[in-house]
Amino acid sequence: MMRFLLLFSRQGKVRLQKWYAPITEREKKKVMRDMTMLVLARKPRTSNFLSWRDLKIVYKRYASLYFCCGLEDQDNELLALEVLHRYVELLDKYFGNVCELDIIFNFEKAYFILDEFMMGGEILETSKSSVARAIEASDMLQETMEEYMSKPAF
Amino acid sequence: MSDVVEKTLTALPGLLSLDSQTGAGKLSSTSKLGNLIRSITELTSKHDEEKLIKRELVAIKEQVSSPNTTMRQMKEMMVRSIYCEMLGYEADFSYIHAIKLAQQGAGLEKRVGYLAVSLFLNENHELLLLLVNTVLKDLQSTNLIEVCMALTVVSQMFPKDMIPAILPLVEEKLTHPKEIIRRKAVLALHKFYLIAPNQVQHIHSKFRKALCDKDPGVMAASLHIYLQMIKEGAEAYRELAGSFAAILRQVVGGKLPVEFNYHSVPAPWLQIQLLRILTLLGKDDQSTSELMYDVLDESLRRAEINHNITYAILFECVKAIYTIHPNAELMEKAAKCIGNFVLSPKINLKYLGLKALTYVVQQDANLALQHQMTIIECLDHSDRIIKRETLELLFRITNAQNVTVIVEKMLAFLRLCHEDYTIMDLVGKVAELAEKYAPDNRWFVETMSTVFSVGGDLMPPDIPTNFLRLLSEGSDSEEDDRQLRVYAVESYVSLLQTDPTHLPQRFLQVISWVRNTHTFTVFAQNSLSLEPYGLSLPISLSSCSIADRQSPTLLSISSGLSGNSTELLHRAGSGSLRLDGVKRKWGKDGYLAQREVPEEPSTPQETSTPAPQPSPQQGGALTPPSAEPSEEERDKQQLASSLFIGLSSQNSTCLMGKPEASSSQRFRRKQKNTDSASSSSGSSHSSRGANHFLYSSLLEEGPVSPIMLTQNSVAQPKHKEANSTLSEGDMPFLPAANGLAEGHDPEAPASLMLANEALSSAGGGARDSPSLMGGMELVQPCPLTPDPSHRSLSSHLPPELQNLPCSDCASLASDGCLALSCCRVHREDALVLVLLMANTGGATLLDVSVELQCPQLKVASLRGNALESLPSQSVSVCWYTLLMEEPHTHVEVTGSLSYRKECGASHTPDISASHTLDISTRLSLAHFLRPLVLSTEEYGKLWLSVSQDVKQNIQLLDPDRDPLRSSLTALQDKLQLHIVDIIGSEGIAACQLLRRGPCLLHCRVHAGVLALWLRSPVPGLPDGLLYHCQRALQER
Repeated sequence: MMRFLLLFSRQGKVRLQKWYAPITEREKKKVMRDMTMLVLARKPRTSNFLSWRDLKIVYKRYASLYFCCGLEDQDNELLALEVLHRYVELLDKYFGNVCELDIIFNFEKAYFILDEFMMGGEILETSKSSVARAIEASDMLQETMEEYMSKPAF
Repeated sequence: MSDVVEKTLTALPGLLSLDSQTGAGKLSSTSKLGNLIRSITELTSKHDEEKLIKRELVAIKEQVSSPNTTMRQMKEMMVRSIYCEMLGYEADFSYIHAIKLAQQGAGLEKRVGYLAVSLFLNENHELLLLLVNTVLKDLQSTNLIEVCMALTVVSQMFPKDMIPAILPLVEEKLTHPKEIIRRKAVLALHKFYLIAPNQVQHIHSKFRKALCDKDPGVMAASLHIYLQMIKEGAEAYRELAGSFAAILRQVVGGKLPVEFNYHSVPAPWLQIQLLRILTLLGKDDQSTSELMYDVLDESLRRAEINHNITYAILFECVKAIYTIHPNAELMEKAAKCIGNFVLSPKINLKYLGLKALTYVVQQDANLALQHQMTIIECLDHSDRIIKRETLELLFRITNAQNVTVIVEKMLAFLRLCHEDYTIMDLVGKVAELAEKYAPDNRWFVETMSTVFSVGGDLMPPDIPTNFLRLLSEGSDSEEDDRQLRVYAVESYVSLLQTDPTHLPQRFLQVISWVRNTHTFTVFAQNSLSLEPYGLSLPISLSSCSIADRQSPTLLSISSGLSGNSTELLHRAGSGSLRLDGVKRKWGKDGYLAQREVPEEPSTPQETSTPAPQPSPQQGGALTPPSAEPSEEERDKQQLASSLFIGLSSQNSTCLMGKPEASSSQRFRRKQKNTDSASSSSGSSHSSRGANHFLYSSLLEEGPVSPIMLTQNSVAQPKHKEANSTLSEGDMPFLPAANGLAEGHDPEAPASLMLANEALSSAGGGARDSPSLMGGMELVQPCPLTPDPSHRSLSSHLPPELQNLPCSDCASLASDGCLALSCCRVHREDALVLVLLMANTGGATLLDVSVELQCPQLKVASLRGNALESLPSQSVSVCWYTLLMEEPHTHVEVTGSLSYRKECGASHTPDISASHTLDISTRLSLAHFLRPLVLSTEEYGKLWLSVSQDVKQNIQLLDPDRDPLRSSLTALQDKLQLHIVDIIGSEGIAACQLLRRGPCLLHCRVHAGVLALWLRSPVPGLPDGLLYHCQRALQER
């Protein structure tokens, strides 16, 4: 099970954080500090894996953003790399040629996409088109808000 | 995925003004969030940012509390609040509004509300209770999106106590017509199962329904719950194994809709989940395992695309194959697969390869052997996680032979490590290895000191606790314990004398405890046993002097304290053993010498995966004889041979032969009900093995007189006395030996069995009891045959030496009264030097004592080197075992024999001057070589695992007729080689330096000369053997 997912920039600014296991605020801050520190210090041509406490850290850099997740002992690191990759693909499909700015300005969308893709630290939906459909459906709500509000109970 | 365009924050203001929005046009530069972000990026100092955010938060706060704020505005402000929180500024005033937004908002507003709640609050936040009603309402909504939102939020964070309130509604969703709702409900229940398993106990049957759902997505989601339940107890779910295997078969076969594919691999997440479940179900259950062999095979076969995701699947397959009931064919394929990982240039795959190796190495040590060079490289990898994983792998293959090298590597890593968790984990492992395999007490105490220093106060408390318990309870051997305590106290005293301020608190606690508890032991020992201590000193230094023991002082002491005599002797023993420990520590390869013993090379290891064995010819081809390995390469090979020593083919037999860790464990806790059998096995401790000669000589009860031994009536009570010692668990050998030698004692068979048991647990599978028995101080009553001509030498030898190859008897020295001659008996584990002392004169000789020494050898006297008297015309035999631990081409054994003549008929011994005969004999390396019987295959494996090598061309014998065979035969005769195989113009042979280290020969006839290539793990052995090979062929 994935314990957390963090997106942060090369400057160490956190762009998205998702916690799949109960954790205190203090701990969250500590994890974020440690992750940015450890991952940003990695030299090129090293593996995409780290160990941190009892967790396995899998990270990957996409352009200026680092995607970083914490896994439990039994989890498969390579599979986690593909989870990150699939998430980037989903973001890309939604934003079209996604970049860090898209995620900065629309971070709530990035969260929604993530929620359609993963739930409770496990994969919920791996199909790109299904996730896209789910997001579109909720986006539609916004576009037709007035119309929607005037309707009787749906 | 298309390439991600890199845009940095520095480019942000320009981009915003361009207003060229990408993608779905969601870049809301005109929104308030956009303004906020833009203003922040324009700032240069952290202080300014703080000021700006504070201002922003004040504005938001003012606006959210205004009654006129619409939900739409609220949503917008909530996004800004989230942003501020993400930057690290607390916006706690907005928490309650987030809940309100989730409650009252519609559509996207609600969604933002839920998002804000899940980001702001954690499980225990009291405000969360206010959310329960909202969730309840949304779960019952007819709007599917609202139901989805509610399910998402309950799986993200929900107060545990409130689960019962919503559980029926979530459960109900398992039958919802829409599959996305069913899927989310299953995952929400999975979450509940994790945090409050008791509350979902009653819906197990519904999980079963989810497993059979027509939508593969729902079925896949239910597997998360099944995996969890099976982890907790596989038994109840074994019946499902067939179904899971069938599902996997369909998935692998591409029976799912294409939308489940990921990069054209069918539903990889589902595959992996199923593989994990099958792994758990097949573990320790043969019939269940058999259900999945086919599908595992198919999974391996189908995963052919070179993509991370297929490697992820392969990794799980390999794990499954090595966890379930073994299937040789599958394991062979899995081993090949691991090879692909390990040898991959991609570092991620290499890492997983190491992980897989770590996982399987305990079942198949050969795999580690195959990849030893990669492992060595990874040990020095710049990526610490690779290094760490390699250490983990080495931890799994540690044995008594490589423990010092591996622990050294682990400690080196620890000293540079600053990560608390890793430190804690590694110090625990080092402590475990030290306790299990410590070669000697000094090493053990020193290693534990390092553990305590490095581990510091982070160290798990059970490490010092175990250490102290070990120290106080001790093992089964009193000597060991005393020695250990003495060393610990001494080591800590000297540590405190330097600078104790830098020592961690925990370590200081250990030190003070040890000092308080055991210092008395040390003082007691030093003061009480002063006499024997001093006496034992020369014994241990020369390793053989028994003469001193004859001194009347000791005799009077021992007789005066007859009740305590054994104890006194033990003290003497512990003192000298301690010195011996020092010597072993500083002696090169001291630790290696002990257990390289290839016990039974003729029984090949049973491995279910016949990994491809490189033949020695291939081995030769791998490294062209001309290419000299570089320095670095040589270092690596050296390291490899010291790391993988216990795993090489023949040694692995030895590993298999012994009941693994239990018998090789260095420190065994004292057994509570120590009966004589267990105590004997205890003190004949494996790590003692090599020096039990020394050990035994110290345990001797006193000078031997031939007369005494022939008289049964005298020997009998002696035996009884020894037996009482045995029951204390101290001296198992002696009574057994006596019993055997006497041959009259009715208890003899029993005690013989005891001794055998002791030895089998000590030596790791005693197959050749005769020669092992020889290791004990067997006492043969010497028949007083007045035959000074020594012709009937064999009659003087004890039965177990009689059938061994021996040399002719050669005269060493003689004078008018006494003739000394010697003969070499080639016992498998030692060279036994048998000395015959013949009294050729007319007078009885008194106080005859022999002393032999050789600085390069370990010399130990078995009995008979001290006689009270040797009557006229009688012969007495004494023998020594000689051990060569480091190869020397030749060694000089020197010594002396002293005696006094009895004067006339007077029965009071004259105080006449003693006579001395000097002894000197030269021994060659060849005397210490023994054939090493092994198969070509084992030879090939061993060849690759050792690194000391030397090559030379030497002259051939019989250059005309089958020169190879005749040369090899000559070597076989002279040097006791075992010819393993002869193929064409190449031949291979093997021998060993006693049982200490193998040496392999590869011969090739080439251009009229014999190209010899020798390899061994023992430094210097190939050179020494080469010298003797040359000599052997030249002498012909």
